[in-house]
Amino acid sequence: MSTQQTSDDARTPGGALKEAESRLHYAVRELSQASWVITLLSVLVALVVGALLILATNPQVQATMGYFFARPGDFFLTSFEVIRDAYSALFRGAVYDWQAATPQRAIRPITETLVNAVPLILAGLGIAIGFRSGMLNIGGQGQIILGATCAAFIGYAFQLPLGAHLLLALVGGALGGAIWGGIAGVLKAKTGANEVIVTIMLNNIALYLIAWLLRQQWFVQTGSNQPISASVDESARLFGILGTGFRLHAGILLAIAATIFVWWLLERSTLGFEMRAIGENPEAARTAGVNVPKATALVLIIGGALCGLGGAAHLLGTEYRLAAGIAGTLGFDAITVALLGRSRPLGTFLAGVLFGGLRAGGVLMQAQTGTPIDIVLVLQSVIVLLIAAPPLVRAIFFLPHPDGSPRVRRRRRLRDQQAAEAASEPAPTQEVSK
Amino acid sequence: MKLQLKGVTKRFGTFTANDQIDLTVQPGEIHALLGENGAGKSTLMNTIYGLHSPNEGEILLDDKRVTFDGPGDAVEAGIGMVHQHFMLIPVFSVTESVMLGYEPTKTAGMIDFAEARHRVQEISARFGFDVDPDAMIEDLPVGAQQRVEIIKALSRDARVLILDEPTAVLTPQETDELISIMRQLKEAGTSIVFITHKLREVRAIADKITVIRRGKIVGEALPESTETELASLMVGREVNLATQKEPATPGEIGFSVEGLTVVSGSGKVVLDNVSLSIARGEILCVAGVDGNGQTELAQAILGLRSAVAGTISLDGTNLRRMSVKERLNAGIGFVPEDRSTDGVIPAFSITENFVLDQYDQQPYSNGVAMRPSVMREAAVNQTSRFDVRLGTVDDPISTLSGGNQQKVVLAREMSRDIRLFLASQPTRGLDVGSIEFVHRTIIEERDKGTPCLIVSTELDEVSNLADRIAVMYRGVVVGIVPGDTNRDVLGLMMAGVPVEEAYTQAEQHHTILGEADEEAQA
Ligand SMILES: Nc1ncnc2c1ncn2[C@@H]1O[C@H](COP(=O)(O)OP(=O)(O)OP(=O)(O)O)[C@@H](O)[C@H]1O
Ligand SMILES: [Mg+2]
Repeated sequence: MSTQQTSDDARTPGGALKEAESRLHYAVRELSQASWVITLLSVLVALVVGALLILATNPQVQATMGYFFARPGDFFLTSFEVIRDAYSALFRGAVYDWQAATPQRAIRPITETLVNAVPLILAGLGIAIGFRSGMLNIGGQGQIILGATCAAFIGYAFQLPLGAHLLLALVGGALGGAIWGGIAGVLKAKTGANEVIVTIMLNNIALYLIAWLLRQQWFVQTGSNQPISASVDESARLFGILGTGFRLHAGILLAIAATIFVWWLLERSTLGFEMRAIGENPEAARTAGVNVPKATALVLIIGGALCGLGGAAHLLGTEYRLAAGIAGTLGFDAITVALLGRSRPLGTFLAGVLFGGLRAGGVLMQAQTGTPIDIVLVLQSVIVLLIAAPPLVRAIFFLPHPDGSPRVRRRRRLRDQQAAEAASEPAPTQEVSK
Repeated sequence: MKLQLKGVTKRFGTFTANDQIDLTVQPGEIHALLGENGAGKSTLMNTIYGLHSPNEGEILLDDKRVTFDGPGDAVEAGIGMVHQHFMLIPVFSVTESVMLGYEPTKTAGMIDFAEARHRVQEISARFGFDVDPDAMIEDLPVGAQQRVEIIKALSRDARVLILDEPTAVLTPQETDELISIMRQLKEAGTSIVFITHKLREVRAIADKITVIRRGKIVGEALPESTETELASLMVGREVNLATQKEPATPGEIGFSVEGLTVVSGSGKVVLDNVSLSIARGEILCVAGVDGNGQTELAQAILGLRSAVAGTISLDGTNLRRMSVKERLNAGIGFVPEDRSTDGVIPAFSITENFVLDQYDQQPYSNGVAMRPSVMREAAVNQTSRFDVRLGTVDDPISTLSGGNQQKVVLAREMSRDIRLFLASQPTRGLDVGSIEFVHRTIIEERDKGTPCLIVSTELDEVSNLADRIAVMYRGVVVGIVPGDTNRDVLGLMMAGVPVEEAYTQAEQHHTILGEADEEAQA
């Protein structure tokens, strides 16, 4: 046998320097990969895109454009002022209004943000559970409607003592959502039906159901022909937690509790382990003894319950009366919130607050500066678009590829099989600190 | 084409997987790469194939420096790779899989399906593959999927072909075929880098051998070296290739199946009236060419497939109507054949994978909530007992090398009280040192009085472990023979020849590997 041992010791004089360099490199890379950095940068890019749109639609800016070459300074100054005003109004409407007359008024915006956030967080959590378990629950809208409907009916049709009434209304709301999600869940578990299609259909059914209910006198109990229900009793309302002058209600406590619960469910409970397992690799889950159909159904039942709770909290804390448009676009915004929060409980909570803030601030921005509130929609959409495409954000900010190579100028080739191979690559090129 | 690596270094975080690797593969050379699990072989190959970019060093093709932005570039430069874990899409047909990323197009940019299909058939015919171009990937046994991967690489005129443990999932016959294919390619001037843990294969075909350990090249060897020499160079210590074991002392019957019949979804009888019984303290190996019902047998015992007839009894209880979970709780320790689809959840941490089928049992949970610290501690202890090379147990299991993932699965199943050890290909992808360890552990399990049912297509493993051997062919047990039965007899039985006839025919049968064996002994 001929064996030649090569030297084990290959330390070069520059070794230590190289090591330090690679450590720095590593730190930068770790950071750039951390999803929250991408998220923050996405928000930043969205604000820039929003600013450009504001400029493009602002009449004053357009006027200065007319004589741009004569006095370019005007253009830049006006642009700066317009953007500053719009975004500061957005901030004052969403967080803290330093121009308000009283300190109470000054902090009201943040509480309004939270009011908006409550249903978004609750429903977002419901959707996030589905995502983590490999299911696309598009049925948030229908589940929210059912939740609000059940909660409303219990709220005005039943006479119950103080605590019990609220509790029953909330439980009823959760149950309504759970049933609506459960229909999709059981169908998927038993027949393999695609949950996307089923939940979309259930959204439509919920819309027609609520429209029909609102025309039934036994249901609305108002004595009038208006398609709007009676108002829920005081005893069933989510009580305010900051006193008069504020709309913030106990729903926010519910949202916090739900966030903690979902974290526990996903990360600490055996059921959550099963749910994540079927989401990642149903074959291995089955081999490990997980009852896959049962877990599948439970994912959509629990997700539906959370969406239903979101609808109930929205009704019992803010609206009090059931109308056909009760869910607004909540069900779809919740999907965005879950995406932005990367389906993590805390992330979803924060994303819910962000979206609640954009909505609250958008109102003030439109009122004070005439900037259309639709800009807020653009912001939301751009954020999500960027979140869904981390490589794009990396390219914009020249961040290194997670694999360590600065593949900023990556050539896109149709023939490149990489996409296909990366999709099935067993070891995601993910750095792990040793 | 000549492939040359100069000082290639690849780091994951602060961990160096490849450290200053220099390697030259001449045109028409078959260069074997040996090394323990986690030595960095796959990482090096992925780097050549453009899946990783090296932190340092350079890659040269025919003395020209190349950098790849992705596998697309590598393929264009003439590099083909068959991965350790196949990268096929289950719902694609064979033709579609081969075409993916290299679609022959007609004028209007339409995919020329007929042309692609023709090419698959042509390559299959040239190398004697038996692959149906229209079969769905998910319906194919692993061995056939492997061939699809090879066809895929060949269809792109690879002039440097990387084969990362291609034989891990092949039967001896298939391995023979592959070896002759490799010889054909070599004649045509293709350079081949060949990774395997099976030393006899290395000796049968390699022109040159490079050994890496913990990311570094530790030596080169000539194919004339003996297996023991290669093994010790690889692992860094003496390795016992043949496991020492005491004769079995079988007790009463612990596990048995009686008249087990399983019908596949398409109505084919895949297990036909199979009866086996295993005593406590005995190892029964099921040998056979892949796809002759062994997979279905294991699945039926665990309850992943339902049987149309028969009984499965463990310690006297009939399991047949129980769920998978009930059977696991009754004490079946199960090692699935295909770890990447059935055995682990790649995105889960090593700890989570370690408790994958015990997550709701004591002591890892109280039935409702899990106990992360208990889980973690057990994972740390058992993975170190099984010498799993890992960073921390909190890393995703997908960051482990293939062999180390397998060791996590084994550690999971063999570190609790079981009443039956049921393993398919338990040492698939393990290095010689680890195989030695696992075989010893299985024998210890046997000596504790556990009946062991080992499904293996690896004859070395079968003769190392078995107290008795059941040979399967087309869903039927051809015969049950003693553990020391001659390899050629087993080979014939695996082709469906009944026991007596197999003994008489055995004289005339020869395999390439058998020849290598004889040479080695001479
Ligand atoms: N993406 C990754 N992130 C972190 N560590 C990794 C990654 N990929 C591989 N490693 C580590 O690099 C080392 C080398 O792994 P590699 O897969 O190259 O081993 P191998 O020699 O192919 O082993 P096997 O024979 O088991 O397939 C292992 O310790 C593994 O844990
Ligand atoms: Mg490998």
